Amino acid sequence: MAGPTYKLPKLPYAYDALEPSISKQIMELHHSKHHQTYITNLNKALETSATALSQGKLQDSAAQLSAIRFNGGGHINHSLFWENLAPSSSPDAKSDAAPKLLAAITSTWGSLDKFKEVFAAALLGIQGSGWGWLVKEAVTGQLRIVTLANQEAVVVGDTPIFGVDMWEHAYYLQYLNGKAAYVENIWKVINWKTAEARYTGAREDAFKVLKANM
Amino acid sequence: MPIRLPTASLRSAGHAARGAMGTRPASAVGGITFARGKATLPDLAYDYGALEPHISGKIMELHHKNHHQTYVNGLNSALETIEEAKAKGNDAAAASVAPLLNFHGGGHINHTLFWENLAPANKDGGGEPEGALKKSIDEDFGSFQTLQKQMNTALAGIQGSGWAWLVKDKSAGTLQVVTRPNQDPVTGNYVPLLGIDAWEHAYYLQYQNRKAEYFSAIWNVINWKTVAGRLEKA
Repeated sequence: MAGPTYKLPKLPYAYDALEPSISKQIMELHHSKHHQTYITNLNKALETSATALSQGKLQDSAAQLSAIRFNGGGHINHSLFWENLAPSSSPDAKSDAAPKLLAAITSTWGSLDKFKEVFAAALLGIQGSGWGWLVKEAVTGQLRIVTLANQEAVVVGDTPIFGVDMWEHAYYLQYLNGKAAYVENIWKVINWKTAEARYTGAREDAFKVLKANM
Repeated sequence: MPIRLPTASLRSAGHAARGAMGTRPASAVGGITFARGKATLPDLAYDYGALEPHISGKIMELHHKNHHQTYVNGLNSALETIEEAKAKGNDAAAASVAPLLNFHGGGHINHTLFWENLAPANKDGGGEPEGALKKSIDEDFGSFQTLQKQMNTALAGIQGSGWAWLVKDKSAGTLQVVTRPNQDPVTGNYVPLLGIDAWEHAYYLQYQNRKAEYFSAIWNVINWKTVAGRLEKA
């Protein structure tokens, strides 16, 4: 029995819609090549793993776990990322689109600007490839900033509110080694409407894009 | 001010210091150069454009002048923090910069070794290893082609940023291929002989997501003389 396979979700905007914060060329490569590669390798690893398991070869199944974690994480992270971005001209890219989240950010960090400063420092402190996330903690419901290496994903307990990709492929063609400028400009294209929905909604719903693309 | 690198294996790098000198002479540990007690960016032994078409001049320039320089700065700043913490007897403050020391120190070491184990294709770059190096490779991998294949598989399998290295295992006496995440340097039982940078900044401007093309092209600019020299001293 073949398990589910995952498909590349469509972007909710055109490749050039995030310019000048993120160039069309970056978006096109990032979505149609990088994200697709995670999905291709995830499906391959899932199939190999399931086949091995069905033949009673636990060792061969377990050998796929690292690829499932990495490529599965890549698929999850990018799927969430595309949805938590929006063209800067859209009303969704204004923080007013997230009144409840904004109130929680202000009560946690004192102000939106202070939060942005702390979040940016976390992003720039990542050693190597990785992601920064604003998450809602499972038990306390508190907001927290977390950084995750490579394609580790927010999959246990916490709810991802929005993430920023700090792999070099996310900015290098445009910003080269100037990643601080990328971080500065990403604020103009954060989708606060999506962030508010993830913050106020059920945790499961944050991941619904994955189910919709199987 | 005495400076200890986080690895002893750099002694085997064995190349003359080419770093920017201060008024006082720089000391050298392998290719790693210091002036006035500070790590400095070593000069490249070739022009930025000299590795074309395999690695573009723009990549080389950014990689050397900007990325490597950032590691040099980060290393110096971590060492400074440690010195200050030492002077105040503040162990916690010294320990807190350990990740930065590893990252930036490793970045400085790795890139220094990398520049030296590359050379223009029309000079010392490319071709196949010879002599004792060739013999060791044949013994431990079966053939040079098998080593290349193993190295390329290792490079392609890195999840995130990192490096692949041909190393000598000191206790076993054999050659091996290992990978290191991010800027973790090759230390301990291993002596680095040949490093290939698999960070996206090492190839993205030219190869974008087609990293397999970069991994296959880089063999045209490997400086086997340097690799052989490192093995001799290992």
